[in-house]
Amino acid sequence: MGNTSSMLTQYDIEEVQNHCNNRFTQREIVSLYQRFCALDRSGKGYISADEFMSVPEFAVNPLSQRLLGMLEGLNFKEFVEVLSAFSPLATIEEKLNFIFKVYDIRNNGKVSREDILRVLCDLSGNFLTDDQRQAVVTQALEESGYSKDDSLTPEDFLKILQKGSLKMEVEVPID
Amino acid sequence: MEEGEELKSRDGSAGSSLLGKNNNSRGMRNPLLDDVLERVQGRDSSLFKPSPSEINMYQYHLDEVLAEPGPTVDKNKNLLRDILDISPTLSEAASAIIDDSFTRCFKSNSPEPWNWNIYLFPLWILGVIMRYCILFPIRLVLLAVGWIIFLGTFIPIHFIMKNTKLRQKLERGLVEFICSVFVASWTGVIKYHGPRPSRRAKQVFVANHTSMIDFIVLEQMTAFAAIMQKHPGWVGLLQTTVLESLGCIWFNRMESKDRSIVAKKLKQHVEDSESNPLLIFPEGTCVNNEYTVMFKKGAFELDCTVCPIAIKYNKIFVDAFWNSKKQSFTMHLLRLMTAWAVVCDVWYLEPQTLRPGETSIEFAERVRDMIADRAGIKKVPWDGYLKYYRPSVKLTEKKQQKFAESVLGRLEDSDPKRA
Repeated sequence: MGNTSSMLTQYDIEEVQNHCNNRFTQREIVSLYQRFCALDRSGKGYISADEFMSVPEFAVNPLSQRLLGMLEGLNFKEFVEVLSAFSPLATIEEKLNFIFKVYDIRNNGKVSREDILRVLCDLSGNFLTDDQRQAVVTQALEESGYSKDDSLTPEDFLKILQKGSLKMEVEVPID
Repeated sequence: MEEGEELKSRDGSAGSSLLGKNNNSRGMRNPLLDDVLERVQGRDSSLFKPSPSEINMYQYHLDEVLAEPGPTVDKNKNLLRDILDISPTLSEAASAIIDDSFTRCFKSNSPEPWNWNIYLFPLWILGVIMRYCILFPIRLVLLAVGWIIFLGTFIPIHFIMKNTKLRQKLERGLVEFICSVFVASWTGVIKYHGPRPSRRAKQVFVANHTSMIDFIVLEQMTAFAAIMQKHPGWVGLLQTTVLESLGCIWFNRMESKDRSIVAKKLKQHVEDSESNPLLIFPEGTCVNNEYTVMFKKGAFELDCTVCPIAIKYNKIFVDAFWNSKKQSFTMHLLRLMTAWAVVCDVWYLEPQTLRPGETSIEFAERVRDMIADRAGIKKVPWDGYLKYYRPSVKLTEKKQQKFAESVLGRLEDSDPKRA
């Protein structure tokens, strides 16, 4: 299935569906495959960073670089698995896990103060000074009962973000 | 409209900060692409950069498209949660990956195969044989004869006669003739609606763009002068010989470095009442005839009446969209010539002028609305040249700014001394 110029068989679709824990329907997977092939213009079996960035709507997103790190070079199965966090069927844990992974760039299971600052920097660009960012993170951590140099674990994330409403769903268009 | 105005005032100041930033992967130029473009198409891609006012316009539309307000920090809520909750931004990105309105503009939608059963398949084979073995040779012969007649009359007239009104009239008639021959060679069934263009000074025609054949379809009715990219190969040869006599204006590498030279040429052309009516395709690139991309404002700043033309192809026999990345113009023509027919509607719409207090970008949008409406196609807020360059960093900055402001507000709120 690495060769994107081939059609998807029923077996392929089921394999992908299992891999993403049934978060997408079979029709959605077919639709995603068409999209994958459209983005992977040279038919290499994965989408390069350049090809992602050729989608203007993606390129203007402040977190595009972070997401590129998570998405480029993946084959279709892995691509669907990563995106499954955005399915309406995904659990809160899966969504939070995804957010955690975006922060935890060094992949060490903890989100440190630097990690939070880095993402905040992506989101705010040059419109906040370093001092302001430091102040915001300190204030945010202390207000929620953490010390200002604490690292956050996935459980912490669950506790902090669970109460609100996560707007993390996308709809896969089915032709 | 508040936000739009706010942006406009930042025009000059933001420009310098743009240059200071060195964010290569999200910057406006992609050096690899530039290189390829220069070699393959002879284009200087600095031509593709939008002007600051156009960037502002894109931002305004971008906000409409991306309706999600983006992350903000609410005063009464948990600050840590608001900082950490990047889900709206992530959703926007994921949504763009899964489907985006820009890529949709250039997708050729292949029709459902209808020849899949035992009765229809032989019929289809018969059709293929008819099209390739009977129709196609006839059309080729027709085209060849037409060209012989055309060249046989055009060349003498062009080189022997002096440049008088009579010669120009004859050349126009001949160009209209050869375009009719082209149209006949793909059995073009074209319906024209509305009053035919008349020759007048201070008017320019704009149309949506699907393929090079748009020009031929319009040209067979009226001998327009168009502004075009210089193409390689036999098309380029035609451009420099025949089309030059019509008064066509070129973008070529020499002149692309200075947009104002071309703008001046355009202005001179429209002011001359003897010159052929000027046709411009403001999208700047071929789109798949289901959508329109943003119109470039150049055609709307010439201080003259703009006459919109809407073109809609009926995909019933063949899809007339020319995806220049996927096939050469010759292949595209061959595909048209081996189809049953090319069906299309052309509407000449009411001439428009710049309204008092309207900017040229708003004028362009208004005309685009008219054309999209008439042709029954959708609009997207993207610049067609985003095929060749990355979106401006300024568009990302707007979001960053909004977020930063709400964060600052929260910071000042709780501890005024700190901020």
